[in-house]
Amino acid sequence: MAITTQRSTDGRTLTINIDGRFDFSSHQAFREAYETGENAVAEYLVDMRDTTYLDSSALGMLLLLRDYAGGDSARIRILNCNGDVRRILAISNFEQLFDIH
Amino acid sequence: MLSAIPPGSAVASGSDTLKILIADDSDSDRLILQAMLRKQGHEVVTAVDGMDAVERFRAERPQIVLLDALMPRMDGREAARRIKALAGEALVPIIFLTSLSDAEELADCLAAGGDDFLSKPYNRIIIEAKINAFNRMRMMHATVQAQRDHIRERNEQLLLEQKTARRVFENVAHRGCLEAGNIRYLMSPLSIFNGDVLFACPKPSGGMHIFLGDFTGHGLPAAIGAMPLAEIFYGMTSKGFPIADVLREINQKLKRILPTGMFCCGAMIDMNLQLQEVEVWNGGLPAGYLIRTDGSRVRLVSDHLPLGVLPAERFSPECVRYTLLRDERVLFCSDGILEATNGNEEMFGEARLLEVLDNCDSPDKVFDELTLAVRRFTGSVESRDDISLVEVAMVPEKMLDVHQSVISTGLTGPSDWRCAYELRDETLSTFNPLPLLLHICMEAPGLRLCSGQIYTILAEMFSNALEHGILRLSSTLKGSASGFSRYYEERERRLKQVGNHFIRFELEHISQENGGRLLIACEDSGPGFDYTHQEECPQASAPYGGRGIMLLRQLCDSVVYCGSGNRIEAAFEWSFQQRSMGKH
Repeated sequence: MAITTQRSTDGRTLTINIDGRFDFSSHQAFREAYETGENAVAEYLVDMRDTTYLDSSALGMLLLLRDYAGGDSARIRILNCNGDVRRILAISNFEQLFDIH
Repeated sequence: MLSAIPPGSAVASGSDTLKILIADDSDSDRLILQAMLRKQGHEVVTAVDGMDAVERFRAERPQIVLLDALMPRMDGREAARRIKALAGEALVPIIFLTSLSDAEELADCLAAGGDDFLSKPYNRIIIEAKINAFNRMRMMHATVQAQRDHIRERNEQLLLEQKTARRVFENVAHRGCLEAGNIRYLMSPLSIFNGDVLFACPKPSGGMHIFLGDFTGHGLPAAIGAMPLAEIFYGMTSKGFPIADVLREINQKLKRILPTGMFCCGAMIDMNLQLQEVEVWNGGLPAGYLIRTDGSRVRLVSDHLPLGVLPAERFSPECVRYTLLRDERVLFCSDGILEATNGNEEMFGEARLLEVLDNCDSPDKVFDELTLAVRRFTGSVESRDDISLVEVAMVPEKMLDVHQSVISTGLTGPSDWRCAYELRDETLSTFNPLPLLLHICMEAPGLRLCSGQIYTILAEMFSNALEHGILRLSSTLKGSASGFSRYYEERERRLKQVGNHFIRFELEHISQENGGRLLIACEDSGPGFDYTHQEECPQASAPYGGRGIMLLRQLCDSVVYCGSGNRIEAAFEWSFQQRSMGKH
């Protein structure tokens, strides 16, 4: 599991890539990825292109990100989910809280 | 509190002065070595042969042993073997003193437990360096062991604490009526520490609520979150609150007490055995299944967010309702089954689950075949302890021997009283008065024994008054499957428009010798109906439902209509000898 981030050139968009299993062991790394300590970021993209698996603590982490990014006014898009990941997000009805592609 | 690991406590002899045993049958060699080691500040113990060395080791417990390979009575190799055995878990470095040069013989010394060689004649610098190196190794070993012992001790303590916590948890979150004949389940005894919970509670109206949940996270935090959930579930269900109210309360409570990121995926089932209906709510659990006797099934998908995520005003406790024939059943599992893995790291998955359901010829075999399939799939792989599975079957109520916990009230409380309670206008559509009315009745000493019957009487009167008296719904609609859902849609629609109406309950309790008499009257603001025909022909096209009124007549000593048919009065007599359901 590896988490990497990229900032758009204007600094307004933060992309978080999650490689491998997204589970409890990613907790610290995921938090460090979005807690940038400044509020220039207006939109968060969580790229799941290389994510193989997602467990319920990962769902919890997504909720933490949502809170951090402003709760109901948060702009978070979850991108490139594979079948398994999409299934888990769907079971929990997370599309009600996140923009999932 | 976790105390820090004591720094090198078991390594008390960490100073540079060591107790060293020298065993050599050559007096001169022994004396030379002894002098060198003493000069370096060590304490020296000596032995003249292998047997002597073992004895001296036993008595003196030196930290490092230097053994001549060839000695009379017992050679160095045998002595080394015995000393290593005596040393047990402690690392006692053994260095062979040898003038041997044959590679095989040297290897044999190491095979016997030796750690190194020292060649004769001795070199002072090499001896000092080797002693120091082995001392470092010895101390490292001791530290690792001390830490291991500490971890083992902490772990034992943790397991003990978990055991205690589990006992407390089991008292709060008891398994309720999970042993009822229509419920089957699979739960690890330690499931709570995986975050899985399963509760079942009889409703005062008969039937039961079942809850299967899966908290995010593991260990104590999950167990702590489960406690209030259990309290709300059992408390509200046994007081007669409907499934939607229970869910709303659980969500609100979890949202308030759990940190963001922690929540509970769960499914709740409301089994109504009298009406042969089931209501299901699924928020975040894998799809459950309704398994029909004709071989068909309905997928009960999660259509809500898990509990504890949404704020109260956005939470929806909306359930899906189905009618069930006898022996038809509802099956739910947590993700443990779908994610059970075999030796090739493959997951069991929903496809295999569906295959089991497809190949099963009778609903009552599904549970066994599914558990068997999962076990066969995981094979010798130590199955993870987080497989949680529950199945609830529709059976006639009288087949169940569900023990309602009757809490003795000490027989004090109001036994002669009278009250009236009236609901008006919008309150009619938003408030369920049954728990409150039941609560008032249950205050009468001894009447709690009949809570089930009382609840049913109140519930039937209330729904008759509301659905037929005020909303003017015809129960003939409920005769067909499509009409059934249309009935409830229509009920919702008309409820939203209800205005200028009331339902009034009048309750009166009179104590009698060895029991009492409860009079319940229910009046509504509707136009009523011509009840003279109903008396003769209960199944006629009267607006009152057939099943409801028949139930009332069974439970009560008398049931009469008054006024224009908008008022019904029932008398219920009870005694301390517990009544059986259905009086004839």
